[in-house]
Amino acid sequence: MWDTEFAIGIIPQLLEGLVVTVQATVLGYAVALVLGLAVALIRRVRVVGPLVFAVFEFIRSTPLLVQLFFVFYLAPANLTPLTIGVAVLGVHYAAYTAEVYRSGIEGVAKGQWEACRALSLPPLRVWGAVVLPQAIRKVIPALGNYLIAMFKDTPLLFAITVHEMMFVADTIGSETFRSMEAYTLVGLLFLLVSVPSAIVIRRLERRYAAV
Amino acid sequence: MDFFVSTFPMYLAGAGITLLLTVAGSALAFVLAMAVGILGTLRNPVARGIATFYTEVFRGVAALVVMFWLAFAIPQITPYQLDINFAAILALGLNVGAYGAEVVRASINAVPRAQTEATVALNMSWARRTWRVILPQAWAQMLPTFGNLVIELMKASAIVSLVGVADLTQIANQQRAATGDTVLAFTSALVMYFVIAQVLVLGVRLLERRANRRLGRTPAGGGLLALLRPPAATTRAKVTAL
Repeated sequence: MWDTEFAIGIIPQLLEGLVVTVQATVLGYAVALVLGLAVALIRRVRVVGPLVFAVFEFIRSTPLLVQLFFVFYLAPANLTPLTIGVAVLGVHYAAYTAEVYRSGIEGVAKGQWEACRALSLPPLRVWGAVVLPQAIRKVIPALGNYLIAMFKDTPLLFAITVHEMMFVADTIGSETFRSMEAYTLVGLLFLLVSVPSAIVIRRLERRYAAV
Repeated sequence: MDFFVSTFPMYLAGAGITLLLTVAGSALAFVLAMAVGILGTLRNPVARGIATFYTEVFRGVAALVVMFWLAFAIPQITPYQLDINFAAILALGLNVGAYGAEVVRASINAVPRAQTEATVALNMSWARRTWRVILPQAWAQMLPTFGNLVIELMKASAIVSLVGVADLTQIANQQRAATGDTVLAFTSALVMYFVIAQVLVLGVRLLERRANRRLGRTPAGGGLLALLRPPAATTRAKVTAL
């Protein structure tokens, strides 16, 4: 049966797990944003581009969980599970954000490129001052969606013993033989974070879609 | 080489389980997506409320959490113990079905209004209008996204190894434990996942061509080989819009 007192008692522990969950999400997302942009740019280079694309296509077509296990067992012992989790999450999602950046870059009007050439701007300024500011602005909502998707993928880190929310819930379940309260609260906490963030993303969409 | 010869049958069995979960989960997700998606397009506020509730809840909570809840929490408060495979299929189907429902709703709403008006002018019933006019057009639009969702489901199915289902991931874990060769054990599994994903992509693109042909839209490009080309950017993005 549902035990409210017990449920309230385990909330502090679960919130500690939520902190780790959020940490992993934010750090992993930072990796995905930077690496994704790098991949999107490298893809335009001849020879190296298609090679990098193939690698990331493979990463995108295979399960995150298997990639986590793979790296976890191969990584040197001095790396913490959280570090490994953040790195794998970041690289996996970079495969997705790279596509988002690419569509943004392709969406920049041709006239902008031509204007750059007419002014004979150096490549650094073409990208830094003209193309990327326009491209990134347009894809902000799409990038935001991946932040939420990534947040919902962090429970997988529990498989490589990162002490996030799911791991805490599982530990409580096996120690007290009461998993109902723990798992239900994890679900509710997920909703508590992802529904408001979805509303924020929708706002962003309205704000930036008009550009 | 010995590794492949001796373990290939096991990996194949694991891939079979993965495929089974993918097909069963997709079937459940498809039914849910269609039913809830159509509910979401109705004018009745109760129907729309049910649809919104379902999509928000199951898109908001990770499939892994739902699966653990079904597998471990349900037996505690009820006398029922769900079969572990069934719990996995249910969790995957409910999760992906919520994403699919949004796709169905958006595709139906994207069919030009004039189409509905024409059916009203012809005095068609709601069922006939939906089945003969609206859905065939929406169908062509939802297929590419469905293809992505099936692949996401296939990838997500790896989580069932955490509750003890002997899928491809579980086999890889066992082989790693047995042989100690991490690289070989997991690379074999990853390659098989990749192959399954490519086969699924091919299947969905065949369906897409058929749907477009039925609407009298001639698909671009020639024979079977054209299907192997990477699709347009718009169909590639993972559906996560919440």
